[in-house]
Amino acid sequence: MSAAGTGAAPASDGEVGRIDRRAFVARLLAACPEALVVTGLGSPSYDAFAAGDSDRCFYLWGAMGGAVPMALGLALAQPARSVLAITGDGEMLMGLGSLATVGAQQPPNLTIVVLDNGLYGETGMQRSHTSLGTRLADVARGCGIGHAVEVRALEEAEVLARRAADRAGPAFAQVHVRGDELPRVLPPRDGAFLKNRLRRTLGLGPL
Amino acid sequence: MENPPPWQERIYALLKAADVRQVAYVPDAGHAHVIRRAQADPDMRDIVLTTEEEGVALAAGAWLGGQRAVLLMQSSGVGNCVNLFSLLHSADVPFVALVTMRGEHAEFNPWQCPMGRAAQGAMELMGLAVHRADTPEEVEEVVGAALDAAFLGGQRVAVLLSQRLIGRKRWTGR
Repeated sequence: MSAAGTGAAPASDGEVGRIDRRAFVARLLAACPEALVVTGLGSPSYDAFAAGDSDRCFYLWGAMGGAVPMALGLALAQPARSVLAITGDGEMLMGLGSLATVGAQQPPNLTIVVLDNGLYGETGMQRSHTSLGTRLADVARGCGIGHAVEVRALEEAEVLARRAADRAGPAFAQVHVRGDELPRVLPPRDGAFLKNRLRRTLGLGPL
Repeated sequence: MENPPPWQERIYALLKAADVRQVAYVPDAGHAHVIRRAQADPDMRDIVLTTEEEGVALAAGAWLGGQRAVLLMQSSGVGNCVNLFSLLHSADVPFVALVTMRGEHAEFNPWQCPMGRAAQGAMELMGLAVHRADTPEEVEEVVGAALDAAFLGGQRVAVLLSQRLIGRKRWTGR
């Protein structure tokens, strides 16, 4: 722990048993082809886009802390569809209170997936609170999200996808991913375009 | 609560008529009646927030999914929303906030004044159109116009409900 106290990059020995984030997101999205998807800014947006762009995905490029409440609004509006919020630990931490809001609403069709590398990847790999003691799955459980799990194996992607498809109550998955710096794969940044194409998949027109 | 002011019932009726389905809020006494009405209405979902910025993202998500939402908050909550307002602009999402004012008429608590004074400017800086209702007679027209501007005109609009509308808060203590 000598040099680690000021937010330096993590030692690689903490990476054993952690998952490749791109592979996990690709398997998850392939296994829930019907789900609507909101991704948090930074790497989770790149991960989802790298898995194959789709009209059902709304990639956030800002509004940090907003992925879960945005997915909640979508889930409440579309109860017959599964909704995935796929975000990172830093983005989730900024909107931690939204887990309490989800717990209060109990949307059956919302699944929150936090790709947790314990790092702020976009800004130089500074350690986040999940490297410093915060246990996100415990927080989710404490907020009343009954199904809150920690994921440490790639094969859990399909299990999580089945749970999402069942729409059996809000679910939260803290996915322990490696802190690799992966090549950026940039989705469209035009929010109006992303909004309109997702709405079109739901049969909703423009104003 | 006994006998809410009629303008509060008019706001509920306007939300109902505009087919607002998600009513997100951090509570305030001035919104208490509308919140109770939303809770009792099977066609409305009342969503209590831990911080107002959640309501901005929630409203964008609701619109993405084909529903109309409003955010009810106090002026102190406006500052909490500022960065999230960028989502509304970046994705061109209609938005309505109803903001009960503090820090103006007969304010007892000086801590309410800085954000109360800055609320309108903060929202305007972030690209929202801000309208104001000072009297009970104005509420229906101003709120109705805001709902139309947002859900028919695609705009981002806030309505300030003046502290005078809500009346003096009775403070007890020594």
